[in-house]
Amino acid sequence: MRCQQRMRKMDEGCLTDLSVHQLRVLLERGEVAPRDVHEAYVRRIEEVDDQLNAYITVCPDFPPELENRHGRPVFPVAVKDNIMTRGIRTTCGSRILARFIPPYDATAILRLKERGLYVLGKTNMDEFAMGSSCENSAFGPTRNPWNLDAVPGGSSGGSAAAVAAGEAPWALGSDTGGSVRQPAALCGVVGMKPTYGRVSRFGLVAFASSLDQIGPITRDVWDCWVLMRALCGHDPLDSTSAPGQAPIPPPQSVESLGGVRIGVPREYLGPGVEDAVRDAVLKAVGVLEELGARAEECSLPHTEYGLSAYYIIAPAEASSNLARYDGVRYGHRTCQASSLLDMYELTRQEGFGAEVKRRIMLGTYVLSAGYYDAYYLRAQKVRTLICRDFERAWARYDLLAAPTSPTVAFPLGERTADPLAMYMADVLTIPVNLAGLPALSLPCGFARGLPVGLQLIGRPFDELTLLRVAQAFQQATDYHLYRPVVGGEVDG
Amino acid sequence: MAVSPEEVRHVAWLARLRLTAHEERLFSEQLSNILAHVAKLQELDVEGIEPTFHVLKTLSNVYRPDEVRSWPELREVVQAAPQQRDGLFAVPRVLPEGEDEVSAKNEKDG
Repeated sequence: MRCQQRMRKMDEGCLTDLSVHQLRVLLERGEVAPRDVHEAYVRRIEEVDDQLNAYITVCPDFPPELENRHGRPVFPVAVKDNIMTRGIRTTCGSRILARFIPPYDATAILRLKERGLYVLGKTNMDEFAMGSSCENSAFGPTRNPWNLDAVPGGSSGGSAAAVAAGEAPWALGSDTGGSVRQPAALCGVVGMKPTYGRVSRFGLVAFASSLDQIGPITRDVWDCWVLMRALCGHDPLDSTSAPGQAPIPPPQSVESLGGVRIGVPREYLGPGVEDAVRDAVLKAVGVLEELGARAEECSLPHTEYGLSAYYIIAPAEASSNLARYDGVRYGHRTCQASSLLDMYELTRQEGFGAEVKRRIMLGTYVLSAGYYDAYYLRAQKVRTLICRDFERAWARYDLLAAPTSPTVAFPLGERTADPLAMYMADVLTIPVNLAGLPALSLPCGFARGLPVGLQLIGRPFDELTLLRVAQAFQQATDYHLYRPVVGGEVDG
Repeated sequence: MAVSPEEVRHVAWLARLRLTAHEERLFSEQLSNILAHVAKLQELDVEGIEPTFHVLKTLSNVYRPDEVRSWPELREVVQAAPQQRDGLFAVPRVLPEGEDEVSAKNEKDG
């Protein structure tokens, strides 16, 4: 990789450097207008997105209906391109949906619109969210703002890169095996996967329905807290949405972590985890102890089986969910077919990329006659063992702390020829999805000029503890205040 | 746990995916490698362990009333299709010519 390692402290005079709660203050004082914020972001996208390719679609016009909101603040948000946005192309990073314009908004989008947010653009991603590097997109790879020769992580790589590079103040991603947390870690921003059932999946294009959750990607924990409050809630349109869930209270400062018990699972610090990552994470745990928390090593003995269980369960669910792309109701249809069967087969051959085909094949194989019990059913039983590991931990700890990713951002192209090497990128995030738990990644250091992410894992529906601990950490540290100097950008 | 090219072809057929000869060879090798890796699960004794198909233990079979409602977006929905005719999704002929009397009659009526 080119040695880039250029970073700077955030500049309070630069609108695209600010977090949303800082922008809100300027808007409320009338020092800037929503249109100014919008135009600053559009200019920034024009300036750097040729180098980063974080967006698939940009919406450059300020929505006229938001011109006069009687002083109520209005904010842009970038949205991963697998979340339905009415009237705005939604591609899932795939040729098969390259021209698809949804006739409705996802529930998550409606909830944000009710709170004065509007869509600034749709961000790049691994096709159908299958990947850990954003290199599996039909629209070309996204690059990491901290080093253009490195991947931004995936699959929500476009959202994470956009927030890190000042191309969006905050963004939505989706997390099936780490797809919000891992790119957030690799791009030095905050990303949260909510408890399964917290956020409606209505309008999120299904990948693995028992694992998928929409989650926020933000510059700091305060903004993450605000977006989580907006996103969470029961939705009758999603039958797996949790009824009767307690809302998340408003964000607040957290000075002390007295009484908080933290477990540090030793399996998450084992071989395969880069030394610099391990050091940064242990140092961060030290900061949490100084703030009053008690931390000790613990064990989640079935961790090493998580990856294998996931790469049976997720492709199995995907092979079923992706059967709908048959050229009949939406998306690409081949023009070569003379019969209906030809049309299905050729449409799918032309429309899907290699990783999507690989997962459909793997999923179809493990569900096929003779293999169901040996692979799929066994994987779901192992999933029970992984859930039990966590349940035992909750008897002693309020949360767990670990690295988000075993390494910092890896070079573009390094793992594309070896699917298993790519799958290893998610080894520390996958168990959380299998168990349906909430988890948050936040910046906790740098190694070779690239950000390191600290992962906090919580009890089901206890996002609040994670947000409080993360907030306390950010009040005591300044890792979240550094910004990358992107590629050929001229230093100010 | 090798997956032969014949098995790859069979699975591709089940998944309604047409593969090139190159993809058949590549997937035969890559699926074999992935399955060799996930064979790790065989190490565990899962006797008597219930599977976790989903984690929301309090939810099962969520129903809604089966009610007719209007869809203002219906036109947009149909227009998103690659081919439509008369507000319906159009697809290539399903049955060979001659065997499809009902559709042939409709063709004439239309």
